[in-house]
This record gives sequence, structure tokens and C-alpha cells, in this order.
Amino acid sequence: MRLRSTSANSIGAIARWLTGLGLACCFLLAGAQDLAAVPPLQARVTDTVGMLTPAQRSTLENVLKEQEDRTGNQIAVLLMASTAPESIEQFSIRVADAWKLGRKGVDDGVILVVARDNTPALRRLRIEAGRGVQGSLTDAQSRRILDDVIAPHFRQNDFYGGLSAGVSAIAALVSKENLPAPAPRAQQASEETGIGSWLPFLLFALFFIVPMFTRGRRRSQLGGNDWGRTAGIILGSGIGSSIGSRGGFGGGGFGGGGGGGGGGGFSGGGGGFDGGGASGNW
Amino acid sequence: MKTWLSWLSAALFAILLSGCGYNQFQSSDESVKAAWGEVVNQYQRRADLVPNLVNTVKGYAAHERETLEGVTKARAAATSIQVTPEVLNDPQAFERFQQAQGQLTQALSRLLAVSENYPQLKADGLFRELQSQLEGTENRITVARQRYIKSVQEYNVLARSFPTNLTAKMFGYPVRPSFTVDNEKAISNAPAVNFGK
Repeated sequence: MRLRSTSANSIGAIARWLTGLGLACCFLLAGAQDLAAVPPLQARVTDTVGMLTPAQRSTLENVLKEQEDRTGNQIAVLLMASTAPESIEQFSIRVADAWKLGRKGVDDGVILVVARDNTPALRRLRIEAGRGVQGSLTDAQSRRILDDVIAPHFRQNDFYGGLSAGVSAIAALVSKENLPAPAPRAQQASEETGIGSWLPFLLFALFFIVPMFTRGRRRSQLGGNDWGRTAGIILGSGIGSSIGSRGGFGGGGFGGGGGGGGGGGFSGGGGGFDGGGASGNW
Repeated sequence: MKTWLSWLSAALFAILLSGCGYNQFQSSDESVKAAWGEVVNQYQRRADLVPNLVNTVKGYAAHERETLEGVTKARAAATSIQVTPEVLNDPQAFERFQQAQGQLTQALSRLLAVSENYPQLKADGLFRELQSQLEGTENRITVARQRYIKSVQEYNVLARSFPTNLTAKMFGYPVRPSFTVDNEKAISNAPAVNFGK
């Protein structure tokens, strides 16, 4: 009887402990969700608060699309209600890392973030400039665009006017940059999945693995040394694993990088950001 | 029999090498070094901005000599530290680097605070430009530090958890230092606000 009650007690204790753990996990999750979520990248202009009419939005998008077709540089606009509790810089670098605008290796993406209801201390405007465009779109120039081009319109509640003037100013500056010409889409896709990445493996198979098997059979009759074989296996497994990991990376990178323009959707090209740019208010 | 043994040992060796995280260490180590390089690069960028900034402020606020000298000295101290990849294996050197850069951060923020008192300086075009560049660079430093912290975290988990810690011991991959908040104590103490003066 006594034994049973203690076991019931301990079960109760475990149950309580488990619920406690579950609650703690919930709190942790809730804590992680406190940060403003990064909206999915579906179009060049992401308006989560309805600051623009659909017609204004599509006009802006056409301007940005034309810029990408002409120079290859990707510009996106993100309109948010608020980025609290983070400052706009902390939020926008998360957006930049998630969206990966700009071409891989060229890093010519630009993001214009507006957080309408932010307090002035958190900043309400931000230009996040990719590494590749910082030669002409310097921090100082970004600041000037925010303060002198966008802010005056925004102060009169002319959001569309501010955004379109700001985007044109950004595009004009980026066009001065000596960016590589945009590549035709089809060519890019074939480059990513072509035979090039498999070539080293094929060569190795030809020169090491095939002789390894044939020679191994012949030598074992003669009782020759095994070093060739051993090296072959080690090299082979190393290459095999590196190919495997590359395959995985390609799969991930391709999803982020290949899509641009396919089926009317829009996605980043794998560009990197280093936190350069400027923030401002209106 | 002999051939079988050699095949087996070769296969075991291969599995061992990739299974004990040797390759993971290679890539993780490289990404830590790359992240560190970016941190150093951005600090250097800030140090390069300082002389221009000091000269511009001097033009309007020459008698703020103490603040200006503080910035110049802090910059000299920060740039005098030799930064090599070996700093990553030496927590003390890392600490020195972080301290020197932290002092420059403080000196610069003092300088910007002082410059608020000079309307003419604040209206100066060059000063505004330098100020926004400094602001952008400070943000770059924050981002670079964040990325370094993240990559060091991945690396350190690898270097400390079993069985990869054995690989770390064998091939000499020590636990790497990471950035900490300079004034941990000051942040955890509530600031005293005193209006009666």
C-alpha cells in the first residue's frame, strides 16, 4: 500500500515535471516568436500594411523589374508596420539574410525597408545595400536618399511619391556601378546543374578507382602491396563525401538562386549583405 | 586473408576519418577564420575613418582637445595590436583586441556626443557624410561580430562534444574565444538617475 502510494507520487512528480518542461518549451518558443517575422519573398514590393494601392504597387514593381532586366541588380521594397522590439537595422539584416537578394558573388541586392509605426529611436527607414553596390550607393548616399528624397514626401503622407522617388534614386546610383551584365536565365540554370561539378569525380573514378579494382585483382595473385588500393579507398571516400555535401548545398542554393522570374514568382539570387547602408526617420 | 584485412582496415580508416568529424573541422575552422577576417576588416574600416572625422571636428571644435586626443589615442592603441589568425587561438590576445576596439567605440561615441553642441559642425556636409559612414560601419561591425559568434558557436560545439572532441585534441583544434559584452556589470546594474543637481 505504502509502496503503491510512493510510486503514484513519483509518477505525479514526473507528470508535473513533464508539464513544466512542456511549458518551459512553450515559453522559449514564444520568446523566439516575439521578434517580428520576416515576410516571405514573393514580389519585389512586399506591402504588409496596405500603404500602397494595387496599381501603385504594380507600377513600382515594373520599375524594379526593368532595373533588374537592364542591370541585373535586384531591388526590393518592404513595408512593415513595426520591427519592435528590434531596431530596423537588426530586422533588416535578418530580412537580407533570408531573402538573399542580388546575384551570388556579385552581391548587388538592395532592400528598402519602411517601418511605419516604429518609434524614432528604432528608426523608421532603412536602405540595406549589398556589398557589390556600396561603391556608388555608399552609406552617405543612402543616408542622403532617405533624408532628402524619401522623407520629405513621407512627411506629407505621400508614401507612393516617396517610394518611387527613392527607388529611382537608388536605381540611378546603382546603374553607375560597373556591374556585370545580366545573364540570360537559361544559361544560368544549365551552369548550375551541368556536368562540371561531377567532372572531378568522374576523372578520379577513371584514374584511381577503376585501376584499383583491376590491378588489385591481378596483384593479389602476385601478393603485391596494398597501398595503392588503400589510398584509392581513402581518396574515393573523401571525394564521395565531398560530392555528397556539394550535392546537398547545390540543392539548397539552387532553390534560393535559380527561381528569379520563373512562373511570375520572385526570389533572391544568393547575394550577400554585410550590414552596410543607412537608417533614417521622417 | 591478408587482403581481406587490408580492405577492412582501409575501409575502417576512411570511415573513421569522416565519422570523427575531421572534415567538419576543416570547414568549420575555415568559416570561423573567414568570419574573423570580416570582423577585423570592418574594424579596420572604422579606424580608417577616424583621422578624417577628427580633422573635421577639429575645424569647428578645436578646444574639445581632450575628447579629440582620446579618440586619436584609442585609435592608435587599437591599430597597434597585431591581428593574425593566431589571435583566435589565444584568448588573452583576443581579449586585448576586444578591449582596445571597445575603447575606440567609447571614445567615438563621446566625440559624437560632444559634436551635438556645435550646430555649425552638425550642418557641415563632410561631417554629415563621415557620420553616416561611421554609423554604417558600426552596423557592419555588429553584423560581422554576430556572424563570428555564430560560426564560433558551431565550431566550439564540435570541439567540445563527443566524439569529435577527440579529433580536436588529436589534430589541435582548441575551443575558440567569442565576443562578450564589454560592460556586463554596468548593464546588469540599474542606472542611477539623479535629477536633483
